Amino acid sequence: MPTAEELKQRIEATIPDAKADVVDLNGGGDHFRATVISSAFAGKSRIEQHRLVYDVFGDEVGGPIHALSITTRASE
Amino acid sequence: MTETNPIRDAIQQAIDEHPVILFMKGTPDQPACGFSARTVAALQELGAPFAAVDILPDPRIRQELSEISNWPTIPQLFVDRELVGGCDIVTEMYESGELAQALGVEQPPEARAPESPDAGPAPMGIENRLS
Repeated sequence: MPTAEELKQRIEATIPDAKADVVDLNGGGDHFRATVISSAFAGKSRIEQHRLVYDVFGDEVGGPIHALSITTRASE
Repeated sequence: MTETNPIRDAIQQAIDEHPVILFMKGTPDQPACGFSARTVAALQELGAPFAAVDILPDPRIRQELSEISNWPTIPQLFVDRELVGGCDIVTEMYESGELAQALGVEQPPEARAPESPDAGPAPMGIENRLS
């Protein structure tokens, strides 16, 4: 079962210069909210920014990670 | 031999034929998931007509939809054949007024987000109504 800390580390390890804050929404290890700040988001649409975060987890989103709510922001 | 994929064709046809279409879990009257419910609420708040497709009856609908859109989660809102986003993006765009703009409708005055997080109590947003 994935943990919020594990998701945070995987996001930060995969997306260049990312700072992630991940919360397990119900403590069940399947509904998470991630807030991610990265310079990699600069100049990208919201869709593209969120895809970068989804791509970290591939098929796990919709599988073991039932729901991943995402907020992204481009850093300077 | 060309492979036929009737489900994918039907999804693509629905996206092509409806200027605003939401793929969701359940129906607008009876959403089967909180994320779908929030997205429906944002659209209904703006009074914009939209088509809705329940993806639950057949797991292949979701599978094919995600192949088409390259987006893993439900709901998914399409406007003019383009994926706008899921619940997070639609909610953000609703609060900023961008959704009304994308749909070509008026933003109801009470839906505007406060100027800053300290600008006082939150307006009556979709969050409040769903609790």
